[in-house]
Amino acid sequence: MDAALLVQVVLNGILLGALYACIAAGFSLVWGVLNVINMLHGSLIILAGYLACSLWTEWQVHPLAAMLPVGLLLFLAGTALQVLLINRVVDRPVLTTLTLTFGLDMVLYNAMNAAFEATPRRVTLELGRLTLGEVVLPWDRIVAMLLALALTGLLYGVLRASRLGRAIVAVRMDREAASLMGIRVARIYALTFGLGAFMAGVCGALLAVVYPITTNATGQLLGKAFIVCVVGGLGTVPGALAGGLALGVTESLGGHFLGPQAAALLGFGLMLVLLVVRPTGLLGRKGYE
Amino acid sequence: MSPSNATALLVWILALAATPLLGDNYVVKIATFVAFYAALALSWNFIGGMAGYPSFATAAFVGLGSYAGALVQNAGAPLAVGWLAGALASGLAAVALGAVVLRLRGHYFAIGSIALVEVLSLTASWWSGLTGGGEGLNVAFLPGGPDTIARVFLYVMLAIAILALGTTVVVMRGRLGFALRCISQNEDAAEMVGIPTTRCKIIAFVLSAIPCGAAGAAYASWVAYIAPADAFSILLTVKVPVMVMLGGAGTLIGPVLGATALVLLEETVWARFLDLHQAILGGVIVALIFFLPGGLVGLARRGRST
Repeated sequence: MDAALLVQVVLNGILLGALYACIAAGFSLVWGVLNVINMLHGSLIILAGYLACSLWTEWQVHPLAAMLPVGLLLFLAGTALQVLLINRVVDRPVLTTLTLTFGLDMVLYNAMNAAFEATPRRVTLELGRLTLGEVVLPWDRIVAMLLALALTGLLYGVLRASRLGRAIVAVRMDREAASLMGIRVARIYALTFGLGAFMAGVCGALLAVVYPITTNATGQLLGKAFIVCVVGGLGTVPGALAGGLALGVTESLGGHFLGPQAAALLGFGLMLVLLVVRPTGLLGRKGYE
Repeated sequence: MSPSNATALLVWILALAATPLLGDNYVVKIATFVAFYAALALSWNFIGGMAGYPSFATAAFVGLGSYAGALVQNAGAPLAVGWLAGALASGLAAVALGAVVLRLRGHYFAIGSIALVEVLSLTASWWSGLTGGGEGLNVAFLPGGPDTIARVFLYVMLAIAILALGTTVVVMRGRLGFALRCISQNEDAAEMVGIPTTRCKIIAFVLSAIPCGAAGAAYASWVAYIAPADAFSILLTVKVPVMVMLGGAGTLIGPVLGATALVLLEETVWARFLDLHQAILGGVIVALIFFLPGGLVGLARRGRST
């Protein structure tokens, strides 16, 4: 086959993969630190997407300018949700926490269907495209990819360098020891969930620029987060990045050679194989379950 | 089984069986749904309640059973053969898939079991030569009037529920039930004292799949049409564990109670608020987790002991 076409397909996969990494980073953080599978994550992304779209159509606020305020709003909502509800059951088995977040997801999903019509909407920025020989890349996707990478990097920086980030990592590694060192675990949980929601918020605003926003996508987005998390390894930003790029490129290649439905199947197949063969993920280390 | 449990279950069975005499086809339809969900809840109880494995694979087995049943039926086999084929397909799939996903624990098992539903659903959409793809598959209608059809499916679903109930009684009294409870409490310790944990978990997974397959196949011939999104529904896969938690996980009567309560609640209360259906169910789930952690059975026990 044609080399330029292969380059095009792989580059498309990388553009997609960066978005997947950003989608999964917040989900992975919450799962890794709180040990909670946050079934709300997909709906939070779509909620942020709707907010960005509404700000654009109502007040012509540029989605990239709306990104941080929307993210902060979701941060507050996420922190409140954790403090009010999830913190109370955070130590219970996965069946309880997963079912609780699923129940909350149903409420949010229903509320979004009632508040916004289910008709897909998106923000169209006419940015043109970048042509490199035979390879063509739309600028809006390139911008979205770069911002997704920057935001994922920002999360990494926060976890590596800030006081809050070090506390979050300490709680992830050993909750009891962290608590003995004077870290208030419940507060870290709340801020971590808020940070996860913040990542969902900024991702949603980014997605509004490149994909149609509809409540039908919530399950798909959540599914991508599952796959990226398992493929890349849990609770780490580099893991989310590796998993996201791996999934993006796999889907792009699969979609090109086998068709779009096979691509989705391939993602889940990859995940099941890795779950069994290497449950710690591509970059995962043993130690944190 | 305590005498009061036995009486309650007998009353439940007789009440469902008597609905064709007492009410119209709408009442019979509700009774059929009660029996359908009770069968699913009882089967989930083997892996989720007794062994404590957070399985979200119910819809995988229901969907697989409904496709297997529909295909066998469309190939010209009699109805009952189709339903048996559904049970068989799900049971065999549970052996194969269980050997893979039951190696996982906790969160990974939960995610793996949800992934099974997704993989089967995507396969059904993709393999359109066999399954009709996203357009779905038509299943031949049962001959006879609406009254006959309503009754046939009520008794079929009730029979599946009774079989699941009987299996539960046998398992709970026997060594398998003891082994599963040990696994639920501490799997490593159970293994240490010589319980063949892998074999027990796979048996529990298969037991949790067979009634789902049969009920799924019967459901497919009842509604005469199946499509990937309905057959492999994520909503169903969460609703069934919620029913068991509502009733009381790991008990005999809990799944029956939870399934009955949720179906009746669904029909009487929020069938009137179609736009808010999901939100209300979500609210019920949240309330259940905060206010009723031991389920209705736990509530009754707490009431008795104080």
